[in-house]
Amino acid sequence: MENNIPGSKKRRLRFPYKIRVEPRLVEAPGWVSVLLTIASIILALMVGAVLIALGGGDPIKAYIHIGKASFGSLGVFSDTLVKATPLMLVGLACSIAFRMKLWNIGAEGQFFIGAFAASVVVLLPVLPDSSPKWLFILIMFIFGFIGGALWGVIPGFLKVKFNVNEIISTLMMNYIAVFWNNYFIYAVWSEGGFQMSKTFPKNAWLPRLSDFAKDAPIFQGLTTHLGLVFAVIAAVIIWFILYRSKWGYEIRLIGDNAKAAKYSGISIGKNIILVMALSGGLAGLAGMSEISGVVHRLQGSISPGYGFTGIIIAWLAKLNPLAVIVVSILFGALILAGRELQPKGIPTMIQGVIFVFLIASDFFVRNRILFSRNIEE
Amino acid sequence: MPKEEVPDLKVIAHMQGIRKRFPGVLANDQVDFELREGEVHALLGENGAGKSTLMNILAGLYHPDSGTINIRGKQVSFNSPQDAIKVGIGMIHQHFMLVPSQTVTENVLLGLNDPPFIINLKDYDDKIRQLGERLGLIVDPRAKIWQLTVGEQQRVEILKMLYRGTNVLIMDEPTAVLAPSEIEDLFLTLRKMTAEGKSIVFISHKLNEITEISDRVTVLRRGKVTASGINTRETTREKLAELMVGREVLFRIDKKPVKPGDVVLSVENVQAENDKNLQSLRGLSLQVRAGEIVGLAGVAGNGQSELAEVITGLRKCTAGKICIHGQDTTNQSTLTSIRQGVSHIPEDRTHVGSAPNLSITDNVIMKNYNQQPIGMGWLINSLAANRFATKLKDEYEITAPLINTPVRLLSGGNLQRVILAREISSKPKLMVAVQPTRGLDVGAIEGVQRLLMQQREAGAAVLLISEELEELLSLSDRIYIIYEGQIMGEVTDGDIRKIGLMMTGTPLDKIGKEITEEDGK
Repeated sequence: MENNIPGSKKRRLRFPYKIRVEPRLVEAPGWVSVLLTIASIILALMVGAVLIALGGGDPIKAYIHIGKASFGSLGVFSDTLVKATPLMLVGLACSIAFRMKLWNIGAEGQFFIGAFAASVVVLLPVLPDSSPKWLFILIMFIFGFIGGALWGVIPGFLKVKFNVNEIISTLMMNYIAVFWNNYFIYAVWSEGGFQMSKTFPKNAWLPRLSDFAKDAPIFQGLTTHLGLVFAVIAAVIIWFILYRSKWGYEIRLIGDNAKAAKYSGISIGKNIILVMALSGGLAGLAGMSEISGVVHRLQGSISPGYGFTGIIIAWLAKLNPLAVIVVSILFGALILAGRELQPKGIPTMIQGVIFVFLIASDFFVRNRILFSRNIEE
Repeated sequence: MPKEEVPDLKVIAHMQGIRKRFPGVLANDQVDFELREGEVHALLGENGAGKSTLMNILAGLYHPDSGTINIRGKQVSFNSPQDAIKVGIGMIHQHFMLVPSQTVTENVLLGLNDPPFIINLKDYDDKIRQLGERLGLIVDPRAKIWQLTVGEQQRVEILKMLYRGTNVLIMDEPTAVLAPSEIEDLFLTLRKMTAEGKSIVFISHKLNEITEISDRVTVLRRGKVTASGINTRETTREKLAELMVGREVLFRIDKKPVKPGDVVLSVENVQAENDKNLQSLRGLSLQVRAGEIVGLAGVAGNGQSELAEVITGLRKCTAGKICIHGQDTTNQSTLTSIRQGVSHIPEDRTHVGSAPNLSITDNVIMKNYNQQPIGMGWLINSLAANRFATKLKDEYEITAPLINTPVRLLSGGNLQRVILAREISSKPKLMVAVQPTRGLDVGAIEGVQRLLMQQREAGAAVLLISEELEELLSLSDRIYIIYEGQIMGEVTDGDIRKIGLMMTGTPLDKIGKEITEEDGK
């Protein structure tokens, strides 16, 4: 009865439901996690819309622009894939290490050393400029991988031997790698005083789709290069290693409970070194694919922080190698279209907001929320 | 004179018609529970019977789906443990919630408003010492938590609750972590507390403790009450066990005669250090033959865990020799010991024995993932692995929805079955079982013990390390007694008097005299 009286403010002010949070005792079904991921991206884009509006822009126009600029045509989608390629490889590098609770945040440095090692093939030179394309690509691939792997093994070894915290050592080695590179592009391989090397000979370029435009005109102007194939194959291989191989089983066991792994007779030290090598190698490969497939020379600004974005990608993909492919394409789109929107600022902020929302959404995977009617006592 | 009607036995807490549903289980179904002033009320039930759930509701941690709680005749509704503490109800969980780097006093005061910004800890040290001495809770208020034994840490937890003015203390399996002497101390304290009019809820599945300490018992089975507040003195252990599991439980185990074979494990003068780099094993020697269960008795922390680790290759020994089947295996890797047929049921199920977020399949293949048919070259044959897991799940009656359920969702008894299934299915030559029945309910204990007996009959050598004397006596062919890293002696006739003396540090050769002296008096 009271509810019908318009003036009964007391009642109206009260929230009619009680909200309780309880930890889930049973695994949440798979769709919950998928739904939450989609919901958090939508929510993040809504927050991003507010940010854009506050900055004086039209959010709807901006988002349409982002969509068009990254997926609107075959050409821009190809550019998105080019951006996504190094992200995939670096995301995989982080995923495999994080899976073992090995916090390799040195993918950036490993990327630079990979790029450097691949450049050595051309600039030292290891191979003469006239070598065939397949040989160039093969040797640069091996050098890039091994360069990154070595850069990853150093902190791994320090951790095994002296119990050095890998977070600190990998982070610090990023700076060493960047300045090591700088020394070579400023002093040794500088071309005409510019901070970059000479352009690589065409034989050392990864083939692009546009190279085949003669036979298939649809590929005209498409910049997607062989690195994408490397990345996708790498994702499948890493997935296979993780879920179908003995080594992958060891990695998952150590990651979940190192003591149980030790109890099962698994050598933890050996696996730290091996996983750091693989992780570093993948990041190095990203560096190789970037200079050989996109930049075609060694220079300073080859990475806008791919190594750190890789950390985010690995987490957003929940460390699943196949999910890394999808997340990387989304991030590639954001980077590409974001740059058209604003060189720096809003797009980076949206990336950050997505990340925060996704991490927060994990709470709902672990807990359930119960609504119950508030009973007057 | 019916005791129930004595007026000073006031009801302090009354829970009526409590219902609590978790996904897939009805943890509490129309449960009534009544706690009176000044009593120790035991709550008995198998794992998963709903004891902890019911008490978590009383302590304000969970909210019941329906039912009422009355405290001293007044209906209450708790939204958090703080609400419960306000009316004097405090719960001590199995896993202590203490800050290791802080002192006892600091831990007790944690979260209180009483000492304002500036703390004169000395005054509080004295206050806490006095409170402790009154109730027999001896612990140095200035000691840091990490320096204390588990028993002492439990005393800190009790002090924490008493300092907050708790009148109703709920203890979730308080003796599970204690050594026999510490249990005695705890019981003394509990009696002093009830003498002061405080009430205690004692959750346990150890019948001997319940008959010793409690005034009344409430028994739960599958979320329902099967006996509500019966007087402990008017019942028997057999009766309680039946109420709890719903069938007669075997207390005696049929032991088939097995003739011991060759020496499988021989430990000679082994020395080793513990995690804090202190000498833990001081020249320990023992032997286990095929087809016998050898018990290792002793108060916790006398080197039992270290011995198990040294034998299984998880810890290096600093001196001495370990042979398995006559082969020197001193300081070999864990992998080698696994390959030699040593299986290990570790003391810590969740932190050592299993990987909580991995599936049952991944957990059961831990020891044979690199052997045929599960390991093939560098791959794992997931079909073979799943087949293996399904087989074990059926054979060992592991209750779980699927073989890819993460084991963290299993109950304690089922988790132990997963570990046992893994360790036994490898057909071990030597089995090192450390506290294999700790924290399990009567039905599960019986199952574990039967499996150990089967190993003995199958000709395996079993080293059983346990703190449950009763278990050691009923299962073992021989019992060694360990004290401060040395073997005090060996008992074959199950003489408890001798075992007790050796556990407290009297070597066997000196016991003869003492016992005859006593008998002479």
